[in-house]
Amino acid sequence: MQIFKKISEGLKKTSKNFGNGINDIFKKSKPSNEILQDLGDFMISSDIGLPLTEKIIQNIKNKKFSDEELNQKNFLEILTNEMLEILEPVEENIFNKSNGLKTILVCGVNGTGKTTTIGKLCKILKDNNSKVIVGAADTFRAAAIEQLDNWCQKNSIDIEKSDPGADPAAVAFKTLEKAKLNNYDYCIIDTAGRLHNKKNLMDEFSKIIRVMKKIDENAPEKTIIVLDATTGQNALNQIEEFNKISKLSGLIMTKLDGTAKGGVLLSITEKYKLPIYAIGVGEQVDDLQPFVAKDFVKAFLAKNN
Amino acid sequence: MFENLTDKIESAFSFFNKITRLDEKQADEGLRKIRQALLESDVALSVTKKFIEDVKPKIIGQEVLKSITPGQMIIKIVNDELINVLGSEKSDLNLENVPPVKILVVGLQGSGKTTSTAKLAHFLQKKLTKKVLMTSLDIYRPAAQQQLQVLGNDNDIKTLPIIEGQLPVEISKRALNAVSLSGEDVVIFDTAGRTQIDQQMMMELKQLENEIRPHEIILVADSLTGQDAVNIAQEFQKTVNLSSIILTRIDGDGKGGAALSMKAVTGCPIKFLATGEKIDQLETFHPDRIANRILGMGDVVSLVEKVAEDLEQEKIEKIEDDIKKGSFTFDTYLQQIRQMKKVGGMSGVLSMMPGVSKMKKQIDESNLDESLLNKQEAIILSMTQKERDNPKIIGGSRKKRIANGSGTDISMVNKLLKQHKMMTNVMKKMSKGGRGALQGLDGIPPDLLNNLK
Ligand SMILES: Nc1nc2c(ncn2[C@@H]2O[C@H](COP(=O)(O)OP(=O)(O)OP(=O)(O)O)[C@@H](O)[C@H]2O)c(=O)[nH]1
Ligand SMILES: Nc1nc2c(ncn2[C@@H]2O[C@H](COP(=O)(O)OP(=O)(O)O)[C@@H](O)[C@H]2O)c(=O)[nH]1
Ligand SMILES: [Mg+2]
Ligand SMILES: [Mg+2]
Repeated sequence: MQIFKKISEGLKKTSKNFGNGINDIFKKSKPSNEILQDLGDFMISSDIGLPLTEKIIQNIKNKKFSDEELNQKNFLEILTNEMLEILEPVEENIFNKSNGLKTILVCGVNGTGKTTTIGKLCKILKDNNSKVIVGAADTFRAAAIEQLDNWCQKNSIDIEKSDPGADPAAVAFKTLEKAKLNNYDYCIIDTAGRLHNKKNLMDEFSKIIRVMKKIDENAPEKTIIVLDATTGQNALNQIEEFNKISKLSGLIMTKLDGTAKGGVLLSITEKYKLPIYAIGVGEQVDDLQPFVAKDFVKAFLAKNN
Repeated sequence: MFENLTDKIESAFSFFNKITRLDEKQADEGLRKIRQALLESDVALSVTKKFIEDVKPKIIGQEVLKSITPGQMIIKIVNDELINVLGSEKSDLNLENVPPVKILVVGLQGSGKTTSTAKLAHFLQKKLTKKVLMTSLDIYRPAAQQQLQVLGNDNDIKTLPIIEGQLPVEISKRALNAVSLSGEDVVIFDTAGRTQIDQQMMMELKQLENEIRPHEIILVADSLTGQDAVNIAQEFQKTVNLSSIILTRIDGDGKGGAALSMKAVTGCPIKFLATGEKIDQLETFHPDRIANRILGMGDVVSLVEKVAEDLEQEKIEKIEDDIKKGSFTFDTYLQQIRQMKKVGGMSGVLSMMPGVSKMKKQIDESNLDESLLNKQEAIILSMTQKERDNPKIIGGSRKKRIANGSGTDISMVNKLLKQHKMMTNVMKKMSKGGRGALQGLDGIPPDLLNNLK
């Protein structure tokens, strides 16, 4: 299913009678200051953040538009293009079959959707005929192992786990070792949620990586951060700090099935140019979609504040 | 050298001669920066706009403290207003009911409901010695019920045994039955996370509310939430009768704008802050802490507070000085009234007089009318400068004008004039003999005291 459709469906579920969102703004004709002000408001309310909002507004101000270009539909196009220019270069699909073992380490702050995303991802990879094993390296949170185990059982995915409280680096090591020995295509490590400003937890994270490198210098091939769409500007700090521990390969944004628009993705992309792999649009196994900039922007502009 | 001297003289008089007040232009300029700070801290745009609108009149006309810039003064005023909106009054959980007290915990996916449920139970057991039962109604997320059970087992909190396949309403009934038998004081229901636009799941919540009839419904929200905070809080409040908010992940480096957004749109008190993943990391809410984060200008705020404190002291000393010199104009009195309204009302005004502390008892027993201060302030403000310096010139027609201008009546004006005269006399006696002279005075003249009633 297309994300756009999924999100529109989400909107239909809405009990509240929303206005027309972006369409209201562009009914007015020229990009007068008033329109630009409304546009700025729209962008800020979408979590794009102040600096980038001002930059985009300035871009639009600097361009000269004919009357025709300024009619509602075309102006929407202008904005769409501004956004696509930022987002299209970071589209990247990781759902393909891999040649040889690929290791994916999943990280992020608490409760963003790491475990669920891994559950969904495994299913997609398995459907693409990949042989997948996951490591339950969140040994800290209560019943985190059972949560991942549950996903794996439902989708017949192999899992490597230890007792609660075990060393997460040891679990990652064991999983990768097993993956190597048994010719898996994917080795995916779930980690405990950790706030990026906690030194001890970030040290623990860097130890997981260090230990994985003992088996394979190139591991992990991908370090993916999972972001929650409802998060505001703090997402930028999250990227900054996790990136310091281990160069992030890309990101996945979850919970886009809610009303949050995840506009912070634009600021993140501006600054870090991180590939965006996928978006989460629900809690079910098939609610993970590859990130397609065009669809994202379309849904973004259609979604109401 | 001369410049130095002029500076000194100027600053010595500045309280009375050079009070600067914030004007609209300064307010607008300052508020532009505040707006930016609020938005960068993730305060929702609509809430930011409303806040700016509401705080503006509180800025215009405010006195700028000496050695503080208008911008710094504005930050201090905004900070106070933030604390005010966030809720300065402490608000406890509603536990004063016939047991079992029922608490329902709701919120988005991953906001911290389950962890907060356990923390709350732990707090109630440890700090308030309540017996608590926890129940998970999250049948959707894999291992969600186990998560609560593990937290219960690890921390000696009772949980309702898990029965696979039961629906949330059935489980809640079972929990209510269980507590009616085993007699816990509090039962806390943890629910599945849900997006507020998922109608089916929101219906379930409504149903649970009807079934359980909770005394408290707590929204658990992530303090890192962005602009969507208003939608989330509003929709949850529309569906169920929210009574409080817990903000989680305060241990992060988020600016916490969601706190203001949610408090502003729901009016629900924020009762706790969750500050970590461990069971005891739950704190009662401190608005100043959050205000400080949102504004991010703690240094300026404490600077202004320090200066204000020093100034208070300086002003008091200056007034004492004036009094000792025997110069007791209405301007001095006006300053005094304003000071004293802050410090202690009418009895404060009197205890200001040097050495009066021994008369404290007499003052306390005399039932002064505190609202008098406001009226007197208005009357003095309606006087011209000349009248203030030299009250003798205030005759019948001037009295009428002053009474009209201050919204009082002539008898009130007379009363104040009489009081001023009596106080001047007391001052004169005192100034002749210095501080010691008051010892000779046998308490406050009864006339003066009566005049203040
Ligand atoms: N609506 C919605 N919910 C999601 C999505 N992804 C995950 N969730 C939910 O968010 C909650 C937290 O997800 P988890 O997968 O446990 O998150 P986590 O990052 O592993 O959490 P911790 O390990 O506790 O830090 C769960 O209730 C998930 O069902 C999504 O795309 N949309
Ligand atoms: N750092 C931090 N983590 C928290 C806090 N509260 C909850 N968490 C974590 O957030 C994640 C989700 O919490 P959980 O209680 O399962 O959320 P729920 O899905 O709303 O029930 C878990 O990893 C918790 O350990 C907090 O105050 N600070
Ligand atoms: Mg997890
Ligand atoms: Mg939970």
